[in-house]
Amino acid sequence: MQHVSGTWSPYLVGMLIGLLSMATFYFSNKPLSVSTAYARLAGLLGNLFYREHTENLRFYQDTKPKIEWGVMLVLGMLLGAFIAAATSSDMTTAWVPALWEHRFGPYISLRLGMAFVGGAIMAYGARLGGGCTSGHGISGALQLSVSSWIALVCFFVAAVSTAHLLYRL
Amino acid sequence: MNTPLNPLPENASPALVIPAKAHEKNGTDDPSKPDSARQLVLGLLFGVVFGFLLQKGGVAKYEVLMGQFFLTDFTVIKVMLSAIIVGMLGIFSLRALGLVKLHVKPTRYAANIAGGLLFGVGLGVLGYCPGTSIVALGQGNYDAIAGILGLMAGSYFYAETSGYLASTIEKIGNRGGILLPDLLGMRLAVFLAVFVPLLILGLCVMAKLAP
Repeated sequence: MQHVSGTWSPYLVGMLIGLLSMATFYFSNKPLSVSTAYARLAGLLGNLFYREHTENLRFYQDTKPKIEWGVMLVLGMLLGAFIAAATSSDMTTAWVPALWEHRFGPYISLRLGMAFVGGAIMAYGARLGGGCTSGHGISGALQLSVSSWIALVCFFVAAVSTAHLLYRL
Repeated sequence: MNTPLNPLPENASPALVIPAKAHEKNGTDDPSKPDSARQLVLGLLFGVVFGFLLQKGGVAKYEVLMGQFFLTDFTVIKVMLSAIIVGMLGIFSLRALGLVKLHVKPTRYAANIAGGLLFGVGLGVLGYCPGTSIVALGQGNYDAIAGILGLMAGSYFYAETSGYLASTIEKIGNRGGILLPDLLGMRLAVFLAVFVPLLILGLCVMAKLAP
């Protein structure tokens, strides 16, 4: 039983996320989705520096940069994760994940640079594809959305290929 | 300004006002209106629960997510499939009772495939998804900060190109909010009666082969 400490059964966690999903539909009329919040936050920053330009972008005419339900959800997630980790002494406090360090060395700037690039590619893909692991992978898939099942298969195929290219070559 | 120039016909019959919960919050998606304080608080509370669960599931750990892509650790798929099965039964039951309505993203074949593949590449490089990036930060994986800044930069870059994409790739194979049973020409109930047991079977096989 040398498992990752502080970890609940994946089946239990999944079932509770399914129930949470029902609650967000019922009480907020919203599916769980995360990636759009980053786009709204980026738009808010854009508004600070190039307001007119940002407001004229097609995407931000439909998806207004503002603090709304989804942004609050992401802020709550930060808090919830901290509570969960702190109460089970599962805090990591590391700049470089152990597995990454084993493969690419302890260089913080390399990890941060690659994380930034990975995050940027992922967000571009999420917006083009219409969602992320939450919006498509959980909320869309459970509604039987065709777009979500296509996206989910594509996420997985590309991530498996990328992980193997990075670690197995 | 006190004289109503165009009396609304709906006002004539207050008996027709629908008290159903599914209807009262139609305004929440109106991009011009801010969310109500209630919605903001609910968002925060749901977020706390979601973040707590993802952390407890261990899926925001770099090694766990990458382990899924090396096909050595099936935690992520177990969490997702369990959530999908419970949520699917729950949401379609609530919908049958008229308590919720679906929020299905439009199917655009080219954009879903291209975007999905790009997303997967980024996911393999970062090792956290958008949701688990924030959870990773909350549990002290500080490299997630760079991932989050990247997520914001990539989103803004998408917005820069959104006009072009909307008139090109996002128009290819645009089918609207279709569901899997629509695609197969099956009735929803029949499809669920076949699909849900298949998903449960998949989960059982996974539990057996990769405990």
